[in-house]
Amino acid sequence: MATSYETFEYDVLVIGAGGAGLRAAIEASAAGVSVGLVCKSLLGKAHTVMAEGGMAAAMGNVDDRDSWKVHFADTMRGGQYVNNWRMAELHAKEAPSRVHELEAWGAVFDRTKEGKISQRNFGGHRYPRLAHVGDRTGLEMIRTLQDHGIHQGITVHMEWTIVTLLKDGDRIAGAFGYDRERGRFKIFKAKAVVIASGGLGRAFKITSNSWEGTGDGHSLAYHAGAELVDMEFIQFHPTGMIWPPSVQGILVTESVRGEGGVLRNKDGKRFMYDDIPDNYKSQTSTDPEEGWRYTQNDKNARRPPELLTRDHVARCINREVKAGRGSPHGGVFLDISWIKEKIPNAPEHIKKKLPSMYHQFMQLANLDITKEPMEVGPTTHYAMGGVRVNGDTQMSSVPGLFAAGECAAGLHGANRLGGNSLSDLLVFGKRAGEFAAKYAKENPNVQLNDAQIEEAAKHALEPFEHGAAEGGSADGPYQVQHELQNMMQDLVGIVRREDEMQKALENLQKMKERASKVAVYGHREYNPGWHTALDLKHLLTISEATTLAALERKESRGGHFREDFPDKSTEDAKMNIVLKKGPDGKMQLRREPIPPMPEELKQVIEEMSK
Amino acid sequence: MSTVTFKIWRGDKESGKLVDYTTEASEGMVVLDVVHKIQATQANDMACRWNCKAGKCGSCSAEINGKPSLMCMTRLDMIPIDKPVTIQPMRAFPSIRDLVTDVSWNFRVKKKIKQFKPRPPDAPDGTWRMQQEDVDRVQEFRKCIECFLCQDVCHVLRDHHKHEEFIGPRYLVYTAALEMHPLDTEDRIPELKEAHGIGYCNITKCCTKVCPEHITITDNAIIPLKERVVDDFYDPLGWLWKILRPKG
Ligand SMILES: Cc1cc2nc3c(=O)[nH]c(=O)nc-3n(C[C@H](O)[C@H](O)[C@H](O)COP(=O)(O)OP(=O)(O)OC[C@H]3O[C@@H](n4cnc5c(N)ncnc54)[C@H](O)[C@@H]3O)c2cc1C
Ligand code: SF4
Ligand code: SF4
Ligand code: FES
Repeated sequence: MATSYETFEYDVLVIGAGGAGLRAAIEASAAGVSVGLVCKSLLGKAHTVMAEGGMAAAMGNVDDRDSWKVHFADTMRGGQYVNNWRMAELHAKEAPSRVHELEAWGAVFDRTKEGKISQRNFGGHRYPRLAHVGDRTGLEMIRTLQDHGIHQGITVHMEWTIVTLLKDGDRIAGAFGYDRERGRFKIFKAKAVVIASGGLGRAFKITSNSWEGTGDGHSLAYHAGAELVDMEFIQFHPTGMIWPPSVQGILVTESVRGEGGVLRNKDGKRFMYDDIPDNYKSQTSTDPEEGWRYTQNDKNARRPPELLTRDHVARCINREVKAGRGSPHGGVFLDISWIKEKIPNAPEHIKKKLPSMYHQFMQLANLDITKEPMEVGPTTHYAMGGVRVNGDTQMSSVPGLFAAGECAAGLHGANRLGGNSLSDLLVFGKRAGEFAAKYAKENPNVQLNDAQIEEAAKHALEPFEHGAAEGGSADGPYQVQHELQNMMQDLVGIVRREDEMQKALENLQKMKERASKVAVYGHREYNPGWHTALDLKHLLTISEATTLAALERKESRGGHFREDFPDKSTEDAKMNIVLKKGPDGKMQLRREPIPPMPEELKQVIEEMSK
Repeated sequence: MSTVTFKIWRGDKESGKLVDYTTEASEGMVVLDVVHKIQATQANDMACRWNCKAGKCGSCSAEINGKPSLMCMTRLDMIPIDKPVTIQPMRAFPSIRDLVTDVSWNFRVKKKIKQFKPRPPDAPDGTWRMQQEDVDRVQEFRKCIECFLCQDVCHVLRDHHKHEEFIGPRYLVYTAALEMHPLDTEDRIPELKEAHGIGYCNITKCCTKVCPEHITITDNAIIPLKERVVDDFYDPLGWLWKILRPKG
């Protein structure tokens, strides 16, 4: 009966059309294999389009002291040394070529006076390193890849969603999904699958992520037997919009601070100067004047504390608010308008450097950022954790299953530096595409298993059968989703505690029960209620993974902050937390020692910390 | 808090009608928030597209009280809410369901336009040199978020259905971005005139007015392209424009 579903066959199937998926598809296709690309939204609308600040690559165009070594050391320090060092090394070495490649495909970056690609300052990067286009770098990147990719013979299936991966024994064999428009089931048979499904911010109430960020890829891979790692590390970006309520969570790019924006509490104090972590002291300015010069590219100046890593800035904001020194709507002030004291024509300068921020606040908050400070607070932004992959090939523990981009883990460790994601997508998207193609060429055909497909189809249709009448007594999908988001925000959010997380685990069990019974109505065509119901499984899986890992890590590090263990532990510094589905279907957790770093890399870090 | 009534078009490929929904709205809400609220509480199966909720992805295009707009960037205090607010899908494209239209034609059109072809690199390390002034214009065009609102409002597509003969303002902007790219070496002028139908545009500027990215589609993209076509061929409207346009 399975044969009655429309079936497509590719050497490589790529799930996701953000930066990572597009780059993987382009590479695989260039290697001469057949490639299919599936995405939940229209082409060009993935999360990547929203990225603002830029992509990090040590090209040294603005400051020639930069090199891969400095970038590598910055990434490891930012990730607090639990990163996959091999990925950090490859990323730092290969990012410049990946950026140049984008230019060869038509991207138009902002320029330096010498006509090279300009680079800007960002938190945790020692030198100006982010190639950018105003504050719409993600748009430039996704459009360039899209416009190049459509001429490479890749077959694109837009507005299709994968709900389960298919296997042939231990090997990956393809995927099962539906098209949004008609709600019909589709089968993909593929020798290799690349997951590039992005993040999971939608597990939390306040997030910068779109509806797509439901951790599908993390969950698909997990249920197919792959390992997840670093799931406790979630990045809460320090500056999200907080007012009016309907825009809560929408990102305010770090470039505002990179261009000289400062954080103040309600007393007008620049509170970031009060708390500078020891390992950043030598790189951070002690007086505001020096900090300002840094943002204006004075090579002898050190960075202002507003540009410390995101985890730290987010916690400082949290502290100010809790201490009653916050802004009227429960955040702090971010002010860029003050630079008029420093430069002539400041309003024009701000509009040129931060056009979409200007626009965003004008339209959504009726506030002119060239005249007034913004109100900001932390927002769930990025998942450092994800599918555990081999650093060189991006293959997971399931043969033939690859992952790249935000849904893969390793590069960023406990905390990602801004700008390191866009470059991550290119470097590891390319590698995933390359090695998936190689795998497909070197391995025999796969067999699909009808029983797996029927099981998946039956499961996907269940929500329609749960007493589906409008106004019936069963939960609706949105109800469960909202409750889950509220709970994760409250109990497993920016500040964590043993008892609260235990409670979250209990609640998750109950919610799983409820999720398996949610009812949807209407028919299968473009039915968002149904899709929300199917996404719940993913949200619950990743919420459980995050909570379990966060309970296990009894220390504070990067994006993971434990009120009951506020310090770093030397024991936990040496391990990653790995999760895998056990034979009984339960989530199993394992502490895995971090492999020792090779001498050369250790030396690089030592050299750079001088 | 205030009460608002939305008349939202519900239907599919064959038929549809406006359905009234009344709900509470709070300070700062945008039209998309209200649509989402209705979706979550009164109409779980109501179809609409969105992603970024910040005017960056171009997914949530619709006609609000008849005006092609992004739902996520239209604050309730920018429109009269003492009367019911009408929300309809873009009318220049076939309907799929509710507020979702079939925009696949746009993706097919783009594929027909010759892709970027750079000159050889300027520096031995394989990189190029360009001055900021030389890329400003192209960067304006590259701000496009592919919301297709300009396509929706253009009478050549909306009223005259010339989808087979005319690529529409979005793809004239796209062509202009390629043609004016300092590194590009391809020539797209012959097909602009023939297959891409630039002559259909009679410079009404409606597209420029709805562009949420404030791209000056007509003045900066279409007219210069028309001029290039005139230089190569003969196009009466473009020619007339060249003569009548105030210089400087
Ligand atoms: C507002 C904002 C600003 C940012 N700014 C920056 C920045 O300046 N610099 C930086 O480096 N990073 C930035 N980031 C982070 C960065 O944008 C993301 O981490 C990155 O774009 C993720 O890319 P991706 O390719 O992994 O996935 P995405 O771009 O998220 O794409 C995921 C793709 O997978 C598809 N997909 C998901 N699930 C399924 C499924 N079940 N079936 C089929 N398809 C599926 C989706 O449809 C989509 O096409 C920012 C993020 C946000 C939200
Ligand atoms: S100016 Fe040309 S492209 Fe723009 S709406 Fe008018 S006719 Fe259409
Ligand atoms: S040119 Fe403007 S209106 Fe047209 S698709 Fe692009 S952003 Fe939308
Ligand atoms: S949701 Fe992205 S533009 Fe409106």
